[in-house]
Formats: sequence, C-alpha cells, structure tokens
Amino acid sequence: MTRVALKGLWLRRGRAVLTALAVVLGVAMVCGTYVLTDTISKAFDSIFTTGAAKTSAVVTGRSVVPGAADRPLPASLLQRVRGVDGVSAAAGSIQASGDGPNTQIRLVGADGKTLGNPNAPKLGFGLDFRQARFNPFTVSRGRFPRGDGEVVVDKGTADKEKLRVGQSLGIAASGPTRRFTLVGVARYGKVDSLGGATIGLFTVGTAQGLLGRGDRFDQIDVAAAPGVTPKALVTRLDAVMPKGAFVRTGKQQAAENSADVKDATQFIQWFLLAFGFIALAVGAFVIYNTLSITVAQRIRELATLRALGASRRQVRRSVLLEGLAIGVLASAIGLVAGYFLAKGLSSVFVALGIDLPKTSEVLKTRTVVVSLLLGIVVTLIASIVPARRATRIAPVAAMQEGATLPRGSRSRAAAVSVTALVVALALLGVGAFAGLAVGTSLALLGIGVIALFVAVGLLADRLVRPIAAFVGRPARRLGGAAGRLAGDNATRNPARTARTAAALMIGLALITVVATLGQGLRSSDRQSLSDAVSARTVVTSENGFDPVPAAVGRAVAAVPGARAYPIRHDQGRAFGKAVTVDGLPPRAGDVLKVDTGGRPAQPGPGQAIVERGYADKHDLEIGSAFTITTSAGKALPLRVSALQERNPIQKIDPLLARVLIDQRGFDRAFPSPPSDQYVLVDGSASRADVSGALRRFTDVKAYTRAAWIDERVAGFNTLLNLFYVLLALSIVVSLFGMVNTLVLSVFERTREIGMLRAVGMSRRQVRRMVRHESIITALIGAALGLPLGLALAGLLSAALADEGLSFSVPVGALIVFAVVAVIAGVLAAIVPARRAAKLDVLRALQYE
Amino acid sequence: MAWPGAGCDDAGMSITDTEAAVVAARDLRRVYGEGPTAVHALRGVDLDVQARRMTAVMGPSGSGKSTLMHVLAGLDRADGGSVTLGGVDVGGLDDAGLTGLRREHIGFVFQFFNLLPMLTARENILLPLQIAGREPDPGWFDELIDRVGLADRLGHRPSELSGGQQQRVAVARALAGRPTVLFADEPTGNLDSTTSAEILDLLRSAVDSFGQTIVMVTHDPQAAAIADRVLFLADGEIVSDLQEPDAGTVIRTMDELRAA
Repeated sequence: MTRVALKGLWLRRGRAVLTALAVVLGVAMVCGTYVLTDTISKAFDSIFTTGAAKTSAVVTGRSVVPGAADRPLPASLLQRVRGVDGVSAAAGSIQASGDGPNTQIRLVGADGKTLGNPNAPKLGFGLDFRQARFNPFTVSRGRFPRGDGEVVVDKGTADKEKLRVGQSLGIAASGPTRRFTLVGVARYGKVDSLGGATIGLFTVGTAQGLLGRGDRFDQIDVAAAPGVTPKALVTRLDAVMPKGAFVRTGKQQAAENSADVKDATQFIQWFLLAFGFIALAVGAFVIYNTLSITVAQRIRELATLRALGASRRQVRRSVLLEGLAIGVLASAIGLVAGYFLAKGLSSVFVALGIDLPKTSEVLKTRTVVVSLLLGIVVTLIASIVPARRATRIAPVAAMQEGATLPRGSRSRAAAVSVTALVVALALLGVGAFAGLAVGTSLALLGIGVIALFVAVGLLADRLVRPIAAFVGRPARRLGGAAGRLAGDNATRNPARTARTAAALMIGLALITVVATLGQGLRSSDRQSLSDAVSARTVVTSENGFDPVPAAVGRAVAAVPGARAYPIRHDQGRAFGKAVTVDGLPPRAGDVLKVDTGGRPAQPGPGQAIVERGYADKHDLEIGSAFTITTSAGKALPLRVSALQERNPIQKIDPLLARVLIDQRGFDRAFPSPPSDQYVLVDGSASRADVSGALRRFTDVKAYTRAAWIDERVAGFNTLLNLFYVLLALSIVVSLFGMVNTLVLSVFERTREIGMLRAVGMSRRQVRRMVRHESIITALIGAALGLPLGLALAGLLSAALADEGLSFSVPVGALIVFAVVAVIAGVLAAIVPARRAAKLDVLRALQYE
Repeated sequence: MAWPGAGCDDAGMSITDTEAAVVAARDLRRVYGEGPTAVHALRGVDLDVQARRMTAVMGPSGSGKSTLMHVLAGLDRADGGSVTLGGVDVGGLDDAGLTGLRREHIGFVFQFFNLLPMLTARENILLPLQIAGREPDPGWFDELIDRVGLADRLGHRPSELSGGQQQRVAVARALAGRPTVLFADEPTGNLDSTTSAEILDLLRSAVDSFGQTIVMVTHDPQAAAIADRVLFLADGEIVSDLQEPDAGTVIRTMDELRAA
C-alpha cells in the first residue's frame, strides 16, 4: 500500500509539487526568520566579542542613564591604570554611540546631507591605533588615521555611498561641520556593516575635539600581563578607581551588550514567525482543499483498493502517507527557500528603512528541526479530514460510474459552523470588551479570529451561490457564453469554490484589518498633533527623533519676526530607571497645548508636570516630591505640580517626555551643551525665513506645521508597509491554492471541455472561461475577506474606543485590495487556462 | 488443492443443493429509497452457487443482477434474507470482517479493468496479496502468467497495454490469491468481440483447469453461453435457470422473457 500511495504521488508529481508549494512558503518564512534572527544575533555577538577579544578589562565612567553619554574619565586615570601591577597595556578611547549631538559623529556628504539611513546609529570612535590589540577594526583599504583631519569609514557605508580613499568628507558632531580626508576603509572584526550604522574612526585627539571632551576619555581598555586573570586584574584596578569610574572584565561587558540585543532580536523573531504561522495556516487550508479534491477524483481507484481487500485503515494510511510525503517534500524545499528568503527579508527591512547587521547566514539545527516538523505536521493535520473521507468510500464504487463521495451530514456541518461562529464571536467579544489583561485579551482575540475564519470558511459554501451571482455579473455581461459557463462552473461545487476562496479570504481580511487600523491610527495622530501644536513652523532633525543642538534654537531666535520655543530633551534617572525629561521654554503654552486637566501647564522652578501613567506607577500625586539624577551627575529635586494626560495615540507616538520641567532648571542640571527635541517657531517669520538661518547645520530641517504633521504621521507607513509585505505572503499561498483547484477542475472537466470545443468553442473562449471562473473565485474571497476584515477592525476599534482609536473605512485601500484579488484571479488562471485551451478535442472526448 | 465443494460437478443437481454451495442466498431482499418511490431491486432471491463451476447472471437493465452480485460479494447489504460465502454469514460481518472476507475469499474482475495506473502489470497482479500481507506463491504466479500470456508485458503500465491485455492482467490479479469465488462484473462489456472471446476462454479455463468458482454478471449472450449455468433475473426475481446452455438457448430464453 505504501508503494501504491508513493507511486500514485509520483504519477501525479506535477500536481503534488503544486500542492506542496502551498506549504513551502510558510516553512520558508519560519526558516528564513530563524536564519535571519540567528544571523543578526551572531553578527552582534561577533561585534561584542571582537570588541572584547584582547581586552581583559574595561574602565568606563559609571553610566547614570543608559543611552546617555557616560561621564568621561580624566586623562590622569590612564597613567594611574598603567601603573597598576599586572597591567601590560592600556589605551584610552572615545566612543560616540548615542543619539545626541554629544554622543554621535555624523558623516556628511558633498550635498550637505548626513550619509546612511537616517534611523541608523551614527557612530564615531577615537582610538589609539598604535595599540593594535585594543582596535577591533581591520583596514581593508587605505590606512588608519594618523593625525587631525583624517577619517576612516566602515566598509558598509563606503560601499553603499561609493566613497573613495583620498576624497574629502564632512564630519559633524556637537560643533559645525568640518572637512576631513578619507584615508581608509575598515571592517569591524569580520563584519562589513553594523546594521547600517555609519562609523567614523579618528585619532583620539581628533575625536576628543569633535565631541568637546577636552583631554578626557570615554573608555580605557586594559590588557593583563601574562599570568594575571581578568578577574584578578579587575580587583586590582578597582582599588585605584576614582568615584564615578567603573571596571568590568571584557567578557562581562560583551555579555551585557549582547543581552540587550537578544531582547530586540527575540521580538523581531516572534513578529516574523507570526506571519510564517499565518502563511502555514493558509497553506494548510490549501492542502486540505487540494487533497479533498484529489480524493474525490480518485474515488474509483480507492474503491478498487477496498474491493481488492484493503481495509479502511489502509486507505486512510495511504492518504495520510500522501500528505506526509507532500509535507516532507514541501518542508525540505521550504527549508532551502527559507535560507535564501532570509536574505530577501533583510532587504525588505532595508527597503523599509530598517537596517540590520549582516554576516554569513547561520543555519542552526533548531531551525532545521522546527521548520521540517512544522511543515510536516501542518500538512498531516490538513490531510486528516480528506483521509477520513476516503475511508467512507464504499468498495462498490469501483463498479459505479460517476460515484461521488458520501456527503457528510449537512445538518451536522451546519451545526459545526454555527457553533464555531458562536464560539468565535464569544471569544472576540470577551477578548475585546471584558477588560482582561492584555496578554489574555490578545490570546482570546487570536483564537477568536481563527475560529471566525473556520466558521466563515465552513459557512462559505452556502454563500458561494449568492455571492457568485453578484460578482459574476460582469463576467456574464462581458464574457459571453464563456463568461456564463464560468459562473456556472464556479458554483457547480460550492464547497470546493468556498474552500478555495476562503484561503484568499484570510489574507485579505488580515490586510483589511491592518489597513483600517492604520487609517484610524493616522487620523487619530493627525488630530492629536494639530490639537497640541499651533506653532507656524517646526524645526527638527532630519529623521525627526534625534535631538538638535541648542545652537539651532539660538539661530532661529535671531531670525527677524521669529519667536523660537526650543523644547529641551534628555534622559535622567529616577526610581532606579531612565526617564525622559523635557525642558519647556517660558510661554510654551503659546504654541504647545499640554493637557494638564486645568492646572497650569507651565512648570515653574522646581516643579514637574508628570505623565499620569508614570505618576501612577511610582505613586506620585500633585505635591509629591521626587528626584531626578541627570547624566551630568547632578540631583534635581522636583515637586509634582500637575499631571500630564496623554491621549492614547500619544502613548504610541509621544510628543513630549514623561517629565516636563522649566528650561532654566533643565539647563542647570543636564549636561551642556543641551539639545532640543523640537524648536517650535511662531511669529511673522515664514518657514523659508527660518530655513535660511539653518543652512550651516546639517540634518536640521524646518517644516510648516502642516508638513511636519504629514511627515510625522507618515512614520506609521513604514510599519504598515512591513505588515503589507508580510501578509502578501499568505495571499501568494492562497494563489497557489487557486491554481491547484483550477488545474484539478480542468482535469476533471476534460471531457466536457472537449465537448465544448467540438461544438465550436474557440481556444480563446476556453481560456476566457477558466479565467473568469478564477476571477469569480477570487472575488468571492474578496467579498468574504474585506467585510470580515472591516468587522474585525471595527471590533478592535470599538474595544479600543476609550483609547481614542477612531474607526474609518479606508475606501481607497479596499478598492486596491479588490483589484489585487482580480489580478490574483487572472494570475492564477494563466497556467490552467492554457492547459484547458491546449486539450486535443478528440482525445478529450475519449477521455474516461 | 482443497477447493470447497470439490467433486460435485453433476449437472442434474437441484438449485438449493446446499452441500456443494460455495455461496448461498436465502430470500434476499434489497430496497432502495422509501415510500411510493422505493425501488425493489431484489424481491426474495434464493440461490446456491456450486463450486468449481461458472454461474452467469443475466437480465435487462434494472433487473437487479448487479445488486445481486453486490450483495453476494458483501459490497452491499441486503434488507432481508441471508448470504453465506465460504461458510461465513456475510450479513453478520462488520467492515473489518468484510475486508477479511474479500482478502480471503473473493476476487473481482471489473468492466473497466480498474487497474492502478501507477503500478506495472506485475505489481497490479500482486496487489491483493500485498494488501493482505501475504507472500505470493512463485509457482502459482508463474503458472498464472503463463496461462494469461503476459510474460513479456509484466513491466508495463496499464496505459501501455491494450484493453484486452489490461483485462487479462485484471483476471490474473483476481486469480492470484486463489479466491473461493471470483465475481466478474460485465468482464467483456468494454471489449471488442475478438478480445471478448479471449477473456471468456481465460475465465472458462480457470474453471476447468484450476477448479475456480466464478459468478459472472453479463449482458452478452455469447459470454453467458460459456457458463455452466445461467440465471435470468427480472424485476428482482430469478425467472429462469438454464443448465449447460449454448448461445442459441440463451438468446431464445432472453426473447421469451422479453415477450412475457
């Protein structure tokens, strides 16, 4: 029997491969995700271990606020460290790896624009190149810098920006842009690019000057003398450390850094896996449908096996074996495809402006095992029902012409689908409105959505006829006889059409949910931003989230007719954790509305307006006292004067920091020179006037209020596009399902098509008939999926209504999706239509 | 060879001679549907199939002859009466029991051959044994191949064989397990007259040389003529029973029944 099943599969190998493709994509997505995230992890690990390889111990200024500049170490400390017994070498360095003007070094092109992706880190290092052991970089072209005015750039950036050794390059940090000469190109360890970050390498002295460090260092790397363990070295160094300096072993440092990155990659991993699972689920649906059709077409063969003595068990096993073989084949192809997809995924991220570090792809055993198992198990599950149906074929069907599968009880099918619908609605209702914990709600909603898809999929065969009557109208009108026949063909086997369309429905419904919620988010954000900011012009950095130097605000203030309101921004530490702090200028209320529930929105000296959520978390009330420690090491005592109410969209896209204080107090406590998140500008000066004053700053841009709001709202588009690209995968899977069904239907109707050709139907008409059937099926999928997606999005919006998420129908997007469905239908029909048209009339008529 | 009922080949035996009967049916009834539209396919059929003989069942379309074969072979259930096959009460068997019955006692030859397209002729012939998990007897297999004349075609797929050759493979497949009864459903219904004659010869010789019991449903008087006995069915009842007929007698009986 095994041989019969496998040989049967071999005989129908073309169809088997087509069937397998439905699972291949899901498996590829899962495998690709693992490969991608493992590769990212490895790249980061290698980055961190490269940094720590020959370094026994690392001395840094004790970091008050993560992400903010560490307090620099005095030059004298380097001499003191060198004098410690057991130290063979030590070197001081400058490390600019933050996101403020004091902690980043930007490479500026000839056009005055910062090189590289605006969202990627802009790193700069000042290194003692005479001490090679502490230098994690290797030069691949040119040489390391030897003096002032010389810079080396990472290979990734150099390749991308086509930089040549010897050319001139702008460098900007806290001061104005200066011209440097590019003397070399380097790699970090074995890595060409640190996730799209731009890296500039300088001599220590140059970097100190660029960042205003004086003669101080950010970090001192120490190598132990032979026979001294890193731990012992750390103990000895600890004894000579001044207050505020901190020693760790090189390994500890690397481990801490990787732990931070692991969390981020874990998130990416689950996010992408979710889409892999969706694609697998749609694939399972397609396999289930295809196997159901092939079982129905092989009734005589299976009945013959039963007549020849095969037991039900043997028949069931042969169908399951077929599923298993398809699953193994699909998983194996998917695994290979996934390896290459990892590269594709990473380019998708790059295209969307999210750069990830790269090394050679990592394929772990876990990846292979999980991908293969998932693909095989999903396919097997999809074959259970068709296999059970096959066992119901009576042996007597071997002698009957046109025998059909015994129908399952219709009333039972109805009961199951209604039950699934009720369960789905109950789960969705409870998940959305019962006010449970977020995790529980999401789980309930997730299961509810799956149940809903199953229920609609089961009910769909009843909806096929009415929907087909409607969406088939154009075909009937335009397609002539072929169009009419196409409509009839689509409804001839409603269950089959329903299952085929349901696969497409899932992808379209999810995309509709994303589009609808995205639309809601954007309009909420637009509303919220235009309510909050009334300034005529807004000045920000090019990417919108890096702060700009305070000098920008001063330059704007000097423009005639302009009133500048710089919003200071930095991080401090309170309650043991980092917290964002803004320093509001006097009369900020003229251009900025902060919802404080009626209390004064302008903090006075020593006062803080605290975001309500933050206040609740730390038991702060109006009148409570607390202290923020700044990265300059100063303690800032504050008293809560008002609570800042954030509307929900501000929770997603916050305009202001959690703690708002007065600007004078801010400038005294935080490191100088300070930087601003925005400079709001009002008065008679136009945007062009303001822009004119910003020419000497790189990466600073003045927007009109409307343009700034547009720009900020467009930030959601990157996220939406990512969702679209990833959900497109499940649409492609359902496309394979449509091709499958059509090929099988054409095969089944060989004789009929021969007859139609014999009575005068042209090849063209045959093609048109198949194409229209395909389009009708796709439109049924759209007719089910789009309203379903709208309903789900409406439900989610209603559940989040308190959070201010508005519901608006994205009409344009819906039209695009319907057109996409039609295109999907046309694409799916290409091969089956060609096959049908190629049938030889005589042979088709003889076909049994 | 210990064939059931071996030694009983007397043409004068009565219809209900149970001693030599391999298949015995008593008062078989089968109704399709319910109420006024119900179709009575079998209305109380009594029948004994003698061992080592070929019994043909004839009758016009809708006479119940196919239903009779299906019920005798355990493919369909009777609504009343009983069937014993090889001493087993077929009506009392569940699906597993019927599967066992088919493996042990029954071989089928179909009108449309029903060969599995992915298997070669040899694999098709051995398929029932393989399904049942039995080892083929090499001597018997060789003899069978020799008899059906397919030695040079064993490696071919059904699509590479003519209709007659395919039916030969099907006959060999039905005989491979040496079933107690071979049921043939219109075995010549899809063949031209020359190849029909070859297949009929083959079936006849299976009875004569191997002592195979065969029940054959047919439309074809030529086919019925090679049987040892021909039963005529009409409206679900046996209306005539010919022993050792020739084609002329069969045709005459058919005409008489049609006129009646």
